[in-house]
Amino acid sequence: MELWFSELHTPDVKMSIRVDKQIHSEQSEYQRIDVFESEEFGRFLTLDGIMMLTEKDEFIYHEMITHVAMASNPGIKNVLVIGAGDGGTVRELTRYESLDNIDMVEIDERVVEVCKQYLPKTACCLDDSRVHIFYDDGLRFVRRHENEYDLIIVDSTDPFGPGEGLFTSEFYGNCFNALTADGILVNQHESPYYSDDAKAMQRAHRRIREFFDICRVYQAHIPTYPSGHWLFGFASKSVDPLSPDIEKWNASGLKTRYYNTDLHKGCFAIPNYVKELLESV
Amino acid sequence: MLDQHKAPVYEALMRYRDARVVPFDVPGHKHGKGNPELTRFLGKDCLAVDVNSMKPLDNLCHPTSVIKESEELAAEAFGAAYCFFMVGGTTSAVQSMVMSVCSAGEKIIMPRNVHRSAINALILSGAVPVYVNPGVNERLGIPLGMSAEDVEKAILENPEAKAVFVNNPTYYGICSDLKRITDTAHAHGMAVIVDEAHGTHFYFGEGLPVSAMAAGADMAAISMHKSGGSLTQSSFLLIGKSGEKFGVTEGRTRAVINLTQTTSGSYLLLSSLDISRRSLALDGKKIIGKVIDTAAYAREEIGRIGGYYAFADELINGRDIYDFDRTKLSVHTRDIGLAGIEVYDCLRDYYDIQIEFGDIGNILAYVSAGDMWKDIERLVSALAEIKRRFSRDKTGMLSAEYITPQVELSPQAAFYGKQTSVPITESAGKISGEFVMCYPPGIPVLAPGEMITSEILDHIRYSKERGCVMTGTEDMNIEKIKVLN
Repeated sequence: MELWFSELHTPDVKMSIRVDKQIHSEQSEYQRIDVFESEEFGRFLTLDGIMMLTEKDEFIYHEMITHVAMASNPGIKNVLVIGAGDGGTVRELTRYESLDNIDMVEIDERVVEVCKQYLPKTACCLDDSRVHIFYDDGLRFVRRHENEYDLIIVDSTDPFGPGEGLFTSEFYGNCFNALTADGILVNQHESPYYSDDAKAMQRAHRRIREFFDICRVYQAHIPTYPSGHWLFGFASKSVDPLSPDIEKWNASGLKTRYYNTDLHKGCFAIPNYVKELLESV
Repeated sequence: MLDQHKAPVYEALMRYRDARVVPFDVPGHKHGKGNPELTRFLGKDCLAVDVNSMKPLDNLCHPTSVIKESEELAAEAFGAAYCFFMVGGTTSAVQSMVMSVCSAGEKIIMPRNVHRSAINALILSGAVPVYVNPGVNERLGIPLGMSAEDVEKAILENPEAKAVFVNNPTYYGICSDLKRITDTAHAHGMAVIVDEAHGTHFYFGEGLPVSAMAAGADMAAISMHKSGGSLTQSSFLLIGKSGEKFGVTEGRTRAVINLTQTTSGSYLLLSSLDISRRSLALDGKKIIGKVIDTAAYAREEIGRIGGYYAFADELINGRDIYDFDRTKLSVHTRDIGLAGIEVYDCLRDYYDIQIEFGDIGNILAYVSAGDMWKDIERLVSALAEIKRRFSRDKTGMLSAEYITPQVELSPQAAFYGKQTSVPITESAGKISGEFVMCYPPGIPVLAPGEMITSEILDHIRYSKERGCVMTGTEDMNIEKIKVLN
């Protein structure tokens, strides 16, 4: 049977995955939520027709959005995760016994419910006693907190839908205000490759730089995202992600499939054209 | 009862489009084919109905078919005796109202904090204003409504006046006691004309101030393009049901409108009025209800930030704040040490948020049915950030947004009088021949015929320093002003 899920990565580029069957579809208050089953990628979740995660490659994204910051500052106790309704980021965080509290703010309760039901591989740890889920707008939640979190992870959708407010100056400024003196902000930073994504990346970078002294970008290879070349932003008030101390992370004994401390050092090395894009903002 | 589901102008335009009429009339772009770049920009569907008056589409200057039907539907929806579709903005509706009720030399009672269009009407018609000073809120520094007592006093002192002009509401959302003012004016044989540029939604929302037509007023100028959802520049001029008793007739009003309004009324504007009226008539309560809820939510959230004061109906005092328009999101900013205009500039420059206006103590964010929840969150968060990043000591900040004018000559006499241009800094003690105002909001600090005082010059200098866009004088830089010889 020729049943294909397709997503336009640009008006002229399409990525398609053959679908075995559609498992779920609904229109929530905020967006359309779909779950499909496929041979190649296992189950996958799309929001408004845009790929969020597949069972096969989600580990890359979720490991890279959490462990880089966690290795950079082992003293992190209190974490805020914005978006992340699929639970993958929280799953990685709950592996650290050193964490006291994980607040997760997701605007759409239906995403969490759907993931709990159909994507247990990522949503498995949302019931951890340290995890508190708030169904709220990220922008509203974060402006009500001050000097509270050691790490904020922005695991959002693209800046052209419900996630739009999470790519703005007001949001990054509110995050700065909600972070402690050693606070770190990690955000999914879009892709540098296709021009619309690159513009979103530049905008985000320019705005984060207004607030944080340390502002770096690191990369990962995520096959199902546009171009496969994906960036993350690492911003902090004082913590250097390239300190030799990151090696101490290896003592934690955490077993990961993508992340390791060699890759940690290497992922901040970015191609010249990306450097130029970032420097020109 | 007419069927408010109908939209005669809109339906006629669709029939015209479907008939694939070959145009050998103006406009010369011929459904856009003659101007490909413009067509790409605005869209083929839009250009295809940018057409001229013709029999099936009626004629705005002399409506007998579809425009007339649409005007009658609008009149019914607003509780009016008649409704004129206006394509020159509410400015032209306000001017037509004033010129319909006053001739040269006749008096009109009005608040001084009117939009410049009202004073322009006095220049055109030669009517003489009797100004009622609006109240002023000391903390906010904003001009308020007129108290009914002050209006009554003016009526008794000027029994020969032809009309009373009322803002319903002001730009800031403040209402006078329109019902009582109307009853008093009518008891003395005066017409009541109402600037409802900011009051379209009063006709449809629940729990909002009384509308001009419901209060029994004789005319109202309605900015459909503000809270009504139509295209910029499209408005209504309404005639009240008792208008004829006070000299306001459909025929005379149309004759006055036709003095200055174009004979080529845009069908884009006319159809937008028709479609917007239909939507308000059918769903207005829901649409406006959402706006009221959005504004209330934003006020509550802005209140949580601290420092800002998003004012609302707690200001109501039964006099010069007889009622308040709860859809208005006005925020007092002086307590964080920033002028409203500075917050307005920060929102645009640092956060890509454009609000309606900022004056020296307040901002106004226009809230409408088009707002998404996520945009409101952005506005509130940006205000929180502006406070965190830019707030400072408020010592030395001016507060007064309104200075009581000294009127020496009628606006017309001053405008057409012999004038000399002088540096504005040396103009104190002279009579102004020109307007000076911040735009927006477009309420003159100085109007033709008023004495220039050092207090007014201080206000102008301070407003310029803080970044207000000053307009009104012939000198585009507002460094020279024309004064009467």
